[in-house]
Amino acid sequence: MLDYVMAFLVGGLICALGQILMDFTPLNPAHVLVIFVTLGAILSGLGLYQPLVDLAGAGATVPLPGFGHTLVKGVIEEVNKSGALGILTGGLKSAAAGITAAIVFGYIMSLIFNPKPK
Amino acid sequence: MSKITQGQKEYLQLVNSLKPKPPYLKNIIMAFLVGGLICLLGQFILNFYVSIGLDIEKEAPSATSATLVFLGSFLTGLGVYDQIGKRAGAGSIVPITGFANSIVAPAMEFKSEGYVFGVAAKMFVVAGPVLVYGITTSALIGLIYYFLKL
Repeated sequence: MLDYVMAFLVGGLICALGQILMDFTPLNPAHVLVIFVTLGAILSGLGLYQPLVDLAGAGATVPLPGFGHTLVKGVIEEVNKSGALGILTGGLKSAAAGITAAIVFGYIMSLIFNPKPK
Repeated sequence: MSKITQGQKEYLQLVNSLKPKPPYLKNIIMAFLVGGLICLLGQFILNFYVSIGLDIEKEAPSATSATLVFLGSFLTGLGVYDQIGKRAGAGSIVPITGFANSIVAPAMEFKSEGYVFGVAAKMFVVAGPVLVYGITTSALIGLIYYFLKL
């Protein structure tokens, strides 16, 4: 039960932070997404994001900083396993499911559906 | 700029004071609630995949991401996700479902420009920058890590 509460609280807080950036700065949603994915990667590199994942589960992995974390986690794992080549292979390897799903499902849905009149 | 008359200055002040301010507190609360609920759904899906035997370190999170991406793109196709987004702001943008939304919404919109430069190219209007900065940052961190480890 606690894992659901933590996922809700931490995930909600990350989104609230994004809303604050959008309302109080000139940043638009695309900027916020780019900043969050980069921030997640940097925090992960410093070893600060994994504790948040351990604490909040999906609350930390579902928001976009979690995507940056997945990339960095994969890179570090692959560097440990296969050396320098891992710098180039690790990120996409560990984020493969999300990226491929985004491209394939995104493409199929775009073909099937048409935009709703506003 | 220095040629602004007293009257123009007063007019600008009036305009700024009448301009509607975003309802800050309401926006933040909505973002918190909707973003939190999407993550709660994510936790539910994650626990389900763990319960059917996927490993919690890698397989279950990957399957969860893929499922949420499917839901996000499907609901965008139905036009439901953008209805949520009108109220939820960052609450629907920041989760990975919002990443899927940022792919499908422009791709549908530009279908009339064809399947290469319309759909396929516009899919990456927002997702492209996210991938560029995410992947580049992760490779740089990998490089630093590699040299620190030597």
